[in-house]
Amino acid sequence: MRAWARQHRQAFAAALRRFAGGGVLSALVIGVALALPAGGYALLDSLHGVTTRASLDPQISIFLNTGLKRAEAQALERPLRADRRLAKVRFVPREEALKELNAVQGLSDVTAALGQNPLPDAYVVTVQAGEIDLLVADLAKLPGVAHVQADTAWARRLAALASVGRLALWLLTCLLGFGLVAVTFNTIRLQILTQREEIEVSKLIGATDAFIRRPFYYLGFLQGVAGGAIAIVIVWVALALLNREVRVLAESFGSAFRLSFLPPGDALAVIGLAGLLGWLGAHLSVSKHLREMD
Amino acid sequence: MVSFSAVAKRYPGGQEALRDVSFSLEAGELAFLTGRSGAGKSTILKLIPAIERPTSGSVIVNGQNVASLKRAAIPYLRRNIGLVFQDQKLLYDRSVYDNVVLPLAFSGHAPREAARRARAALDKVGLAGRENASPIQLSGGEQQRVAIARAVVNRPSILIADEPTANLDAESAARVLDIFVAFRQVGVTVLIATHDLALVERYAGRILKLEQGRIA
Repeated sequence: MRAWARQHRQAFAAALRRFAGGGVLSALVIGVALALPAGGYALLDSLHGVTTRASLDPQISIFLNTGLKRAEAQALERPLRADRRLAKVRFVPREEALKELNAVQGLSDVTAALGQNPLPDAYVVTVQAGEIDLLVADLAKLPGVAHVQADTAWARRLAALASVGRLALWLLTCLLGFGLVAVTFNTIRLQILTQREEIEVSKLIGATDAFIRRPFYYLGFLQGVAGGAIAIVIVWVALALLNREVRVLAESFGSAFRLSFLPPGDALAVIGLAGLLGWLGAHLSVSKHLREMD
Repeated sequence: MVSFSAVAKRYPGGQEALRDVSFSLEAGELAFLTGRSGAGKSTILKLIPAIERPTSGSVIVNGQNVASLKRAAIPYLRRNIGLVFQDQKLLYDRSVYDNVVLPLAFSGHAPREAARRARAALDKVGLAGRENASPIQLSGGEQQRVAIARAVVNRPSILIADEPTANLDAESAARVLDIFVAFRQVGVTVLIATHDLALVERYAGRILKLEQGRIA
């Protein structure tokens, strides 16, 4: 057990030496490549915040007849809540709707001029599943419902846009992940070539395959982890720079919106994944090139 | 210790290196493998640590049949065999000490124990005090002795050398052979391939003469 731990320590130390002697540049290449998907992910994550606040899930407004009594209006809540296709059901009394309308700048004068509340009671529901058009038709049949309005068009567009973005990001991640494996494959190949003599002698005098492979695995892993860390730093700096401009832009809209940095868990996941891919590249390279040496 | 029975070796391409070779070496025996170049000496030496596998017949080393040994078991076989190559195969980018201590890293020896053994091995070949030298700074005979130190540092029961004196002057050659003979006296089986018959005659060793892939 102690011998095993010692061999791993030695292999790690050897990998560190080799990393310092040329692996840093490869890590930089990996870092720049990974910064693209990691940065894209951070951007989409920030935008996701915006779209959820604007509610990306399709919403349907159900306006009731203006003459309806409050009790009758509230009685509708039960069938709505019982409907499995709806996720959230919120009753909006007409007084509250008026208050919301008054809050919009410049409209309070208009509503005051009307003298009475022109708004009906309403329900706002969020769709969980099912065909929206069908749902709208069903909801319109409920007693006391005057009008059902689904603001689906823009929600659909936004959702589609976001999913296109997410898909593009996935493709980019896969592509660059493949690139990472290839970069590691090549650095390890070069390392094996420069140490060819040592490897051959070691095999002749009793080194196991595992002993010979170990430092290369560590090197691939180290290179990946370092690349991942570099990517995170690049994204962090880039977002910080972007945020200086975004702040000015957002303030002109009266918004406090900022691009948010990757949460720590996600940043660690990027580094871990890069390490894993580096290990994979090392594995492929070592398996191929050491077999050729037999 | 080492036993060949009806061993034949044909290399890819049809070249027949050995045919029907049978012999066996006891523990602590000293034997010289002689014959012209191309007679099959190197092939016999390569069969013992499974660098090559026999085409037919069996090669038993320390009770294991090398012909049917699994790939993963080969390193452990080799740790019990000290190999000295004609071209030494030293690593010239590291010190004499690091060369000698190399096999002990494979077996996971503690650094202090490894250092003790490496120094003892260097002492036995008369190179104590040259630990920090680079192999390139040493003479041919000294390099060969570094190779011997590396071969014995794991305390193998078998020591094999392929033309260890080929590139040495007479004095260095005698000194190198003396070292091999000394190991035989502590119970190590020693097999040396050489074409230098004059040198061989000075030692009381068994002579295995190879001619065209057979023992004459």
